[in-house]
Amino acid sequence: MSTNEYTIALAGNPNTGKSTLFNVLTGLRQYTGNWPGKTVVHAEGFFTYNNNRYKMIDLPGTYSLYSNSADEEVARDFIIFEKPDVTIVVLDATALERNLNLALQVLEMTSSVIVCVNLMDEAKKKGIRIDTEKLAATLGVPVVPISARNKEGIDTLLKTIDSMVRGKIKTNPIAVRYSPEIEQCIEKLIPRVKEVIGDAYPARWVALRLLDGDMSLLQALQQQPLPSVKEVSIYACHDTAKSV
Amino acid sequence: MNEARALAPADTREQIVSAIFRTSQAICNETVTYTNQAKQYETEKLDRIFTSKLWGFPIMLAMLAVVIYITIAGANIPSGMLADFFGWLEGYLTLFFQALHAPDWLHGLLVLGLYRGTAWVVSVMLPPMAIFFPIFALLENYGYLPRVAFNMDRLFKKAGAHGKQSLTMAMGFGCNAAAILSTRIIESPRERMLAILTNSFVPCNGRWPTLILLSSLFMAAGYTGGWKTLVTASVVVAMVLFGIVVTLTVSWVLSKTALRGIPTHYTLELPPYRRPKIWDTIIRATLDKSIYVLKRAIVVAAPAGVLTWILGNIHIGDTTVLAYIADWLDPFARALGLDGYILMAFILGLPANEIVLPILLMGYLSTGSLTEVDGLHSLKQIFVDHGWTWLTALNMMLFSLLHYPCGTTLVNIYKETKSKKWTFVAFALPTSIAIAVTFFTAQLAKWFGFV
Repeated sequence: MSTNEYTIALAGNPNTGKSTLFNVLTGLRQYTGNWPGKTVVHAEGFFTYNNNRYKMIDLPGTYSLYSNSADEEVARDFIIFEKPDVTIVVLDATALERNLNLALQVLEMTSSVIVCVNLMDEAKKKGIRIDTEKLAATLGVPVVPISARNKEGIDTLLKTIDSMVRGKIKTNPIAVRYSPEIEQCIEKLIPRVKEVIGDAYPARWVALRLLDGDMSLLQALQQQPLPSVKEVSIYACHDTAKSV
Repeated sequence: MNEARALAPADTREQIVSAIFRTSQAICNETVTYTNQAKQYETEKLDRIFTSKLWGFPIMLAMLAVVIYITIAGANIPSGMLADFFGWLEGYLTLFFQALHAPDWLHGLLVLGLYRGTAWVVSVMLPPMAIFFPIFALLENYGYLPRVAFNMDRLFKKAGAHGKQSLTMAMGFGCNAAAILSTRIIESPRERMLAILTNSFVPCNGRWPTLILLSSLFMAAGYTGGWKTLVTASVVVAMVLFGIVVTLTVSWVLSKTALRGIPTHYTLELPPYRRPKIWDTIIRATLDKSIYVLKRAIVVAAPAGVLTWILGNIHIGDTTVLAYIADWLDPFARALGLDGYILMAFILGLPANEIVLPILLMGYLSTGSLTEVDGLHSLKQIFVDHGWTWLTALNMMLFSLLHYPCGTTLVNIYKETKSKKWTFVAFALPTSIAIAVTFFTAQLAKWFGFV
């Protein structure tokens, strides 16, 4: 019997019950540490399900994944560079609209996403009804309604994780449509981005970040030990030289 | 990259963000339906009370007072029981050492130094922590703490600091070292520095026991029963308030001088109120916080206990090394309304604030006539025998509140700022304020003849 180990990243806004879900899944088999090179504290935990072993990383709670703060950078870098097998995005059912912003950003970065709509009990009490099937169809990834503190929906979540790592789920994540102006720029940049980084990172997303002028991402890309990525720096320097 | 910049319209970030917002909105319109409109406004109704300009602050103070009251009232009995238990165990340890015919110095070092120091930390610190942290965690989980930040926000803005500083300050009530890490949520380096430099003006859990204990031993002496606890709690609340006033004043002065600039605008998110899982929260808070802090206190206090005992028992001529140091510090300490031993305890307590009181006690014990500590009441006697008055207690509380941050916090400040200069400022600034305030208090009290 073979056991595989998979990595799950847990993302979400602050106060969505992310840590509660983390505790429910990993119990007391967890420890805290620091990200290499950074002092942002993170929690790591383990659990086993259906003969697979999972390492779960509780990313810092953030509202977005731009590089506004060390927390956001850490969360973003983990998803993009560590390439977790599954990224779970925890959403607060009572504030879905606000929470969806983060989910949409994660979906631009990876397709192995499970969206967890937490606090379903709370939403029900407040008279909020969420059509999770329709939500799943729109987002193009599995959506699991849960109530982490009452341990409701956890079984379905575990089954979904299991199916995803076994490759039984085909996802088709929604892509946010930007203004025609930006879409044009993205179109122009994508072939050149692919030229440099190949398929190592989602080209559309990298192009978007470049348009946004995200210097810290460029630095992070350069630090990656991929030979192809080394060229980005040359490419960038070359361009700088040209523009002077 | 430059090519990308050249391509990009000037307001790219705004366009990107608004496209994402529009998409979220569109998705929600499709998938979310509301059946009960009235329920949506419950949070707003509560917020109108908790964050009201009129009631916000009184409610906050009352909450703080209640939490401290419960902590003090609840901690006394288990503290006494633990002290009794450790005292009982010490008797057997001594018997054991006698049975082994162990030399006196070994018994002194291990039992009177190491064991007694550690037992002290556990019995005095564990009960208040086991009550204080879970209550705080419950308030946090219920959603009240973000409202505190919201209320404080206005004051911090006025002081030229970032509103989020109130969040990092609140974190400091737990642990200043952890709070330094939490200042990362403040993006502007100027405002972050303000938050870092002023964080130690709120008492961390290493100092709560000092404040609570001295307050209950000396401040509420004339009262009994519930009143005693109430006065004790009020004195502690007053200390906290004073710390906040100092935080705001220092932030204001710095933002007008060394760290000039305009406060950044930001939106502070208020999460909805939620009923927490009470037992889960209590168990987690105890496991995570209390045990962690206690472990740290013991790890640091045990060696300090040994060191203090050694210093207190090595003689040069007929005075101990400890007494030499204390005597040397005494004139300066007296001017601050303290004494040489107290100042020495603060200096030796640099690694962790948790060990200041145990070191002080061991300093007194290794020179004084009393050798048994069987509870909190004989503790006051030891202090009184060494010439303490309410002024000594008050000044020690003030010094504890305002002095330099602990070693761990300073290390974190250095790691975060990567600057020796600012780390030094973070050390020197609070220390000078502590010296100035205690000096002023002591001289004033003497001038008016209060003592």
